[in-house]
Amino acid sequence: MKAKTILLLGALTASLGFIGAGAQAQNLSGAGGTAIYPVLSKWAEEYKKATGVAVNYQAIGSGGGIAQIKAKTVDFANSDKPLTPDELAAAGLVQFPQVVISITPVVNVEGVKPGELVLDGPTLADIFLGKITDWDDEAIKKLNPKVKLPKAKITTVHRSDGSGTTFNFTDYLGKVSPEWKQKVGSDTSVSWPTGVGGKGNAGVAQYVNQVKGAIGYVEYAYVIENKMVYTKMVNQAGNTIEPTMAAFQAAASNADFTKVKDFYLILTNQPGDKSWPITAATYMLMRKDYPADKNQAVLKFLDWALKKGQKQAEALAYVPMPDAVVKQIEDAWAVNFVTDGKPIWPVAMK
Amino acid sequence: MVDAVIRESGIGTRGRALDVVFRAATFFFAILVLVILFGIVAALIDGALPALKQFGFAFIVDSSWDPVKQIFGAFPAIYGTLITSFIAMLIGIPLAFGIAIFITELCPPWLKRPIGTLIELLAAIPSIIYGIWGLFVLAPMLQSHVQPFLVETLGAIPLIGFLFEGAPLGVGMLTAGIILSIMVLPFITSVMRDVFETVPTVLKESAYGIGATTFEVVWNIVLPYTRTGVIGGVMLGLGRALGETMAVTFVIGNSHQFMTSLLAPGTTISATLANEFSEADTPIYLSVMFALGLILSVITLLVLAAAKFMLSRMERQGGS
Repeated sequence: MKAKTILLLGALTASLGFIGAGAQAQNLSGAGGTAIYPVLSKWAEEYKKATGVAVNYQAIGSGGGIAQIKAKTVDFANSDKPLTPDELAAAGLVQFPQVVISITPVVNVEGVKPGELVLDGPTLADIFLGKITDWDDEAIKKLNPKVKLPKAKITTVHRSDGSGTTFNFTDYLGKVSPEWKQKVGSDTSVSWPTGVGGKGNAGVAQYVNQVKGAIGYVEYAYVIENKMVYTKMVNQAGNTIEPTMAAFQAAASNADFTKVKDFYLILTNQPGDKSWPITAATYMLMRKDYPADKNQAVLKFLDWALKKGQKQAEALAYVPMPDAVVKQIEDAWAVNFVTDGKPIWPVAMK
Repeated sequence: MVDAVIRESGIGTRGRALDVVFRAATFFFAILVLVILFGIVAALIDGALPALKQFGFAFIVDSSWDPVKQIFGAFPAIYGTLITSFIAMLIGIPLAFGIAIFITELCPPWLKRPIGTLIELLAAIPSIIYGIWGLFVLAPMLQSHVQPFLVETLGAIPLIGFLFEGAPLGVGMLTAGIILSIMVLPFITSVMRDVFETVPTVLKESAYGIGATTFEVVWNIVLPYTRTGVIGGVMLGLGRALGETMAVTFVIGNSHQFMTSLLAPGTTISATLANEFSEADTPIYLSVMFALGLILSVITLLVLAAAKFMLSRMERQGGS
């Protein structure tokens, strides 16, 4: 009996000691959108190797990330949908872009190969509105005089879960189609006029690959991963653009963050001859009222990711922030994170 | 000797004290279950109140779902939950019944154990695996082979045609129902098999003795004797079907548009929760999620209550 008690006490102390030790090593925790997860986990791995600091990120969705940072349960959050300056001020949050993602329409049409089909914004909107119901519709034929389009019904595929990808895709449709803006609007999930919903980018990719006559939208990384049939898009300048890294970069470099407050900028339908029309910045959210050392640790990681993590981002088809934007972001850190009248950034790096 | 007596009485006192502690502890555990149950229900009601206040009774019958304008109606989700479970039962009960009868009455002894074990193994497969299998294997098969056939044949029959119209997508309420029927099979089968085995051999043998066929024995002896247990097994399966989340989310198509066709994409309450809880970023949206949870709990409660009521009525009939 006694021996057991001693053993139990011993185990208890040991486990307490273990928890204590865990708390001492500075680990960072984050939560938010799934779009950034592939590159963020890569960054976390490399950052741990370089500095010994572990970053735990839960890809629970942008909305979940926002809720968690508001509830003070994580050190930083990520959202594919920027918060408005009012929302940020109310919650005491700071927001800045971390990396640019691109969204690509994908199709499953008999006889159509990747990059063969061309779509423009209004046609895409009419398809998702359910106004264009067949692949051999005049509007699609007009854009694709050389492609042999089958007589087949269109099935639209959208995200069933709330998603930043949906927010940016519907925002784009709203910009190019007044009817979309008025009837459906844009948000992380919307009232879809037609079609089926797949869970996550992977779910949409799966549905599109399986349902004949389907069209959906996914992040570009999933196009490569699933070998999907993507379409070209006609951009704002009227040029037909192939979804490539260069086209995403062109869109990102045209983003002007200097004129907006709190980096609130939605990057869809960017100007520029070579810009891909559906791109989006994904945002980091941090609290102003966290202790300085905690925020400094997060900023160090994000600074590392913005500068040294560019290679990993590009390898996974994300567009890193241009140098000018990185400077703007870090200037904003110095303004926003102030403890005892002193900015906590830049940190003296050892 | 004296020492021994003292020691014995000491143990006795300690034993009685232990008994008191034991009783208190078990009582505490029993109460704890009730407290947790009421806590969950209270939390659900509390969370659901804002949504119920805003939308009122219309929430249950309304089929709009517009997160942009913040207008929500639960009807498509409720309809999808009930319909998929109904399909699951429609397919699952006869199958389970047949399997259980085969195992208990007709199966050669050497085959009994393998079949029984395999059926029970179905229950050990995680639901996400059913979902993946449904999406990658079952849905394409249904899309190319079964659904076009259904649309052409059943879809052309006047009264039930509306259930089988539209393009064959592979995913949809029928697919979800079929997956669910496989998932509930082991639960219903093993309960049925267990209760069928409780039928006294003497009853069956007397029936055979007066010239009854196997079918007659099953229908007139085995089934009446075990009906309580059979219904219990069915309810167990129904409970699982109503609440199943992951597998359904994969194959139902997740659409809030209300459509009567079984081939059309739909949604269920639990699939909606799985899809949208994490991104429900406004207070009313979140409250709608709680309200859906509350409705699902009420549905399950009603199913259980109906089962209890039916059982008690049958028992009274059987007694008289």
